[in-house]
Amino acid sequence: MTGADRDAAGTGVAAPAVSFARVSKAFGGVRALSDVSFEVLPGEVHCIAGENGSGKSTLIKIITGVYQPDPGAEMSYFGRRVDSVTPAVARGLGINVIWQDLALFPQMTVAENIAFGDILGSRPRLVHRRQMRAKAERVLDRLGVSLDLDARLNTLSIAERQIVAICRTLVGDARLVFMDEPTASLTHSETQSLLAIVRKLSADGVSIVFVSHRLAEVLAISSRVTVLRDGRKVGVYDTEGMTQSRLTELMTGKTFDAEVISGDRSAERAVLEVSGLCRAGEYEDIDLTIRAGEVVGLTGLIGAGRTELGLSLFGMTRPERGAVRLNGEPVSFRSNRDAIAAGVAYVSEDRLTLGLVQPQSIADNVVLPVLGKIVNGLDLISTGKKNDLVSRWIRELNVKVGRPEDPVSTLSGGNQQRIVLAKWLATEPKLLILDSPTVGVDVGARAGLFAIVRQLAAEGLAILLISDEVPEVYFNADRIIHMAGGRFIASYDPRALSLAAVEKAVYA
Amino acid sequence: MRRLLTSTEGRLTIVLVIVCAILALASDQFLTLANFSNLLAASAVNLIFAVGLVVVLIAGGIDISFAVAASVVQYLTVFALQAVGGGNWAFGFFFAGIIGIGLGAINAALIYYFRIISIVVTIATFNAFFGLLMFFTGGKYIYDLPDWWTHRIVFFEVKTPSGWAELTLPGAVMIVAALATWVLINRTTTGRQLYAYGDNPEGARREGISVGAMTFIAFCWMGMMAGIAGLMQVNFVKEVVPNALLGRELDVLAAVVLGGARLGGGRGSVLGCVLGVLLVAIIQNGLNLLGVSPYAFKMVVGAFILFAISTSNISFRNLLGGAAGGRRA
Amino acid sequence: MIEAYRRMRDLVGAEVLGLLAFLVIVVIAFSLATPRFLTGENFGSIAFQLPELGLLTLAMLVPILSGGLNLAITYTANFCGLTLAWILQVHGGVDAGFGAFLLGCAAALAVGATAGLIMGLVIAYVGAHPILVSLAMMIFIRGLGEFLTRGGDISGFPDFIRPIGHGSVLGFPIPLLIFLVAAAIWYIMLQRTRHGFSTYMLGSNLEATRYSGIPTRRTITLIYTLSGLMCAVAGIVMVARFNSVRVGHGDAYLLITVLACFLGGVDPFGGFGRVLPVAIALLILQVLSSGLNLIGANQHLSTAVWGLFLIAVMVIRFGWQRLALRR
Repeated sequence: MTGADRDAAGTGVAAPAVSFARVSKAFGGVRALSDVSFEVLPGEVHCIAGENGSGKSTLIKIITGVYQPDPGAEMSYFGRRVDSVTPAVARGLGINVIWQDLALFPQMTVAENIAFGDILGSRPRLVHRRQMRAKAERVLDRLGVSLDLDARLNTLSIAERQIVAICRTLVGDARLVFMDEPTASLTHSETQSLLAIVRKLSADGVSIVFVSHRLAEVLAISSRVTVLRDGRKVGVYDTEGMTQSRLTELMTGKTFDAEVISGDRSAERAVLEVSGLCRAGEYEDIDLTIRAGEVVGLTGLIGAGRTELGLSLFGMTRPERGAVRLNGEPVSFRSNRDAIAAGVAYVSEDRLTLGLVQPQSIADNVVLPVLGKIVNGLDLISTGKKNDLVSRWIRELNVKVGRPEDPVSTLSGGNQQRIVLAKWLATEPKLLILDSPTVGVDVGARAGLFAIVRQLAAEGLAILLISDEVPEVYFNADRIIHMAGGRFIASYDPRALSLAAVEKAVYA
Repeated sequence: MRRLLTSTEGRLTIVLVIVCAILALASDQFLTLANFSNLLAASAVNLIFAVGLVVVLIAGGIDISFAVAASVVQYLTVFALQAVGGGNWAFGFFFAGIIGIGLGAINAALIYYFRIISIVVTIATFNAFFGLLMFFTGGKYIYDLPDWWTHRIVFFEVKTPSGWAELTLPGAVMIVAALATWVLINRTTTGRQLYAYGDNPEGARREGISVGAMTFIAFCWMGMMAGIAGLMQVNFVKEVVPNALLGRELDVLAAVVLGGARLGGGRGSVLGCVLGVLLVAIIQNGLNLLGVSPYAFKMVVGAFILFAISTSNISFRNLLGGAAGGRRA
Repeated sequence: MIEAYRRMRDLVGAEVLGLLAFLVIVVIAFSLATPRFLTGENFGSIAFQLPELGLLTLAMLVPILSGGLNLAITYTANFCGLTLAWILQVHGGVDAGFGAFLLGCAAALAVGATAGLIMGLVIAYVGAHPILVSLAMMIFIRGLGEFLTRGGDISGFPDFIRPIGHGSVLGFPIPLLIFLVAAAIWYIMLQRTRHGFSTYMLGSNLEATRYSGIPTRRTITLIYTLSGLMCAVAGIVMVARFNSVRVGHGDAYLLITVLACFLGGVDPFGGFGRVLPVAIALLILQVLSSGLNLIGANQHLSTAVWGLFLIAVMVIRFGWQRLALRR
């Protein structure tokens, strides 16, 4: 027993699991963190909140030994002062991270993934299947979860994989677990069971540090929250009595001065008319009308069927029943090519793998859906037409690019999203479906994106804005539709209801 | 039962049983011990190659050079044995194994130190090995081999009504090679690390698995198996011919991938290799017994594999789901 | 000087300049080694040898750009050659008329396209791995050819097809002209057509390309069909050059075509690569082989040197990237 432990035992107050002070980190000339202090108590559920680039991930990487802080930092783990840590040392101390991409092995079994430490270390270098299974079983029991130990990981749902990732950290007797956006791709009920597991661990004395952009969850699960902004600590706050808007204010440093832009468009001509649309297991009985110049916000928890509906309207899947009319004409799309030709554009929530062809150039990405517009009489691509089209849209959407020939992956998230918009606007759509368009886009850049969206609506485009962040639809849509379990369950008018009321209705 | 139907190995077993049943009905010579021992002997070299290749595939690589590497091993082993004055089986295995490992290490070093992907490296070394071999040997055959090498060794034999059933050296070595590979990939932590590395290289690196070690282990194991296969092939045909194994690389690759190994890593098994190699061999053997022209064998095998992949990968949800789906591996 | 280099680089691309530098080095080295190298005769023989490998390499290039591979190219070419040969034979062999030749060529092209089409359909609609599909197709076509020819060869063709393999127009060998035309068509297809554009894009990211409204399955099917068609052209040229056909003719070219693509800077994972650098890479390979031949080495040493050369180029590229990163 170290002195610190004895003191803690004596006074009844445990030493902090980690205690960091005066942590700074610069990369080249850029300061990612300046003079940040951070403390987590044993068994505490602590949250780090901040925008992209606020220094959250740098801080995690320093605590887990991936980065070394600049000189002058004071670090202690479980009451013991440490001068420097490596990832191996941190892990030895019981510090674990579950990264957003999980780092699991999809072709291997659940037991192997959980007891991965056995695969790494043990000597003699033999695999003891029974021992591995026993370990895995023990951890699953501890969490009160049952999973088929011999199932290949890629047969599991994302939520189950998340549990496997948590189990892996527990095999190594974790005392502090970092979770990086653990609920990002979970449905509401899956999120609830994950949060239940987090509470259970916390009751066992394991400290959890949670990083999530869903403020409702942050407030529900954690007892304290450390807010970072631009690499500096804004403060540590008890979540008791904290509200989402107050937290947003702390994170951005701006008071949320967004105004409701909602207006009445019921006199306009209908662009999209959907009636009785069904697709088993995805959505049911959808009736929806979007008028020219109207922005309809579609919200609800993940798994409500929002994206599935969007994909059907874009022709990626076929509805089983119901009718869709576009500009009064009945349409039935056999593929998204038909939908694009009819004037539907879809900005995917997954920009990295579905929105853009990342390694290829900015210019090529812009012209990809409109190849028919840049060919000459011989059906050959005309470089002149291509350059004109690309420079026109880059100018129109005010994208800051070096050269159009550069790979699109060299752009920032906000500018990439503008390129996605550019390529779809080039198709001259009548209906624009935006599916979670601000994922991975900073708050400043978000404002710019929505300014474009409003401009487009003003020009007469019909827009369906899908988002699980209620404020996003509240401040940017004319009306809000609440979807749950594949059905439209309510409709809200931002002019008539407060943000808090809508949030309460959706998140409850 | 569900596992039997969902795993590639399970489905392949069912296909194999059906093919065997048809052949057993069509030819009374098929289901005999003698025929079975013939089949085993004829498949020995390919299976030794296959269990080497599957390790590389599991680790996420591919090797095109192993068959010509085996030919290189044969020639170098002949010279090495001459240098020690004839040698014996112990020398033979030692030289073939070591030279094979050396050739595998060349591939691994190029892949690891220069970050060149394995298909580029092994296509280059395929050409380099084969070209240099043909250049230095002048394409000459070698018949003058030590007696022990070409001598037929029979471990046991039984006389059956349809002829002698026997277990010869290549067959026995094949069994040992398969067992050794099975132990490596299933029973040692190194083997599980190979799976993990092939499955998710970035994840494996983050968990502390050594990329260099994985690359060298996989390609050296392949090299060792190639060397041993070369040694056994000489025992079987009793001569050393520089281009005898040329083209074998793609046949073996087809059999291993048919047996469930995944191009891209993380998946593959010794059982799958055995089933893949056997299936091809049994079809040829069956056609032979049925009196089909030997020229037609390859055609049937190719058509069979084409048919198998066309049907096995179809997801019924995709068929019914209309515009959805259609993801390429 | 540096400015001129920059302008050249922007015009033709860095990899073309690099390969041209290699070509110059190789030519200078052989010129110093043997006086017979820098002769019209030598370049004539290069010009006659290049097209077979060149046409097959074009057939391999497009599947690689799409993130796949076509391992059936050499046997597809063989089989297309056989088709032509049979039709000529049925129509009198040596005495066959020009009509029979045209019919044979049409049949050969149809056979090549069909083989490619089947592969394309399986790859696009079943989602099987291109290596496995084309490997199975290769084994099947080789088997079919062996079965139908019983391992023998077919020879005895009318005289008028000889020029396709051996003739010249205005000093340019006809096979070379065929290759240049094919390469130009490929160049235009890849750089200027919607199909070529889609090929690059789906080679980088199939799903994102599909979401953008590109008919990816149809594109993949067409890629392999065109690859088969190019094999047929190669097969026809080979018939005229060898004056006989046999299953297995030129099967050593299979992996050389992949080598040439990689040497020409084609990304093994797909999405990047151009015709011009690949053509220069082919020229380098052919110059290496004829140069080595002149100083007394045989074809096998050339094969080895080709392999070693690819390794050398990849190692140099690796070093170059390291250097660029450090700067």
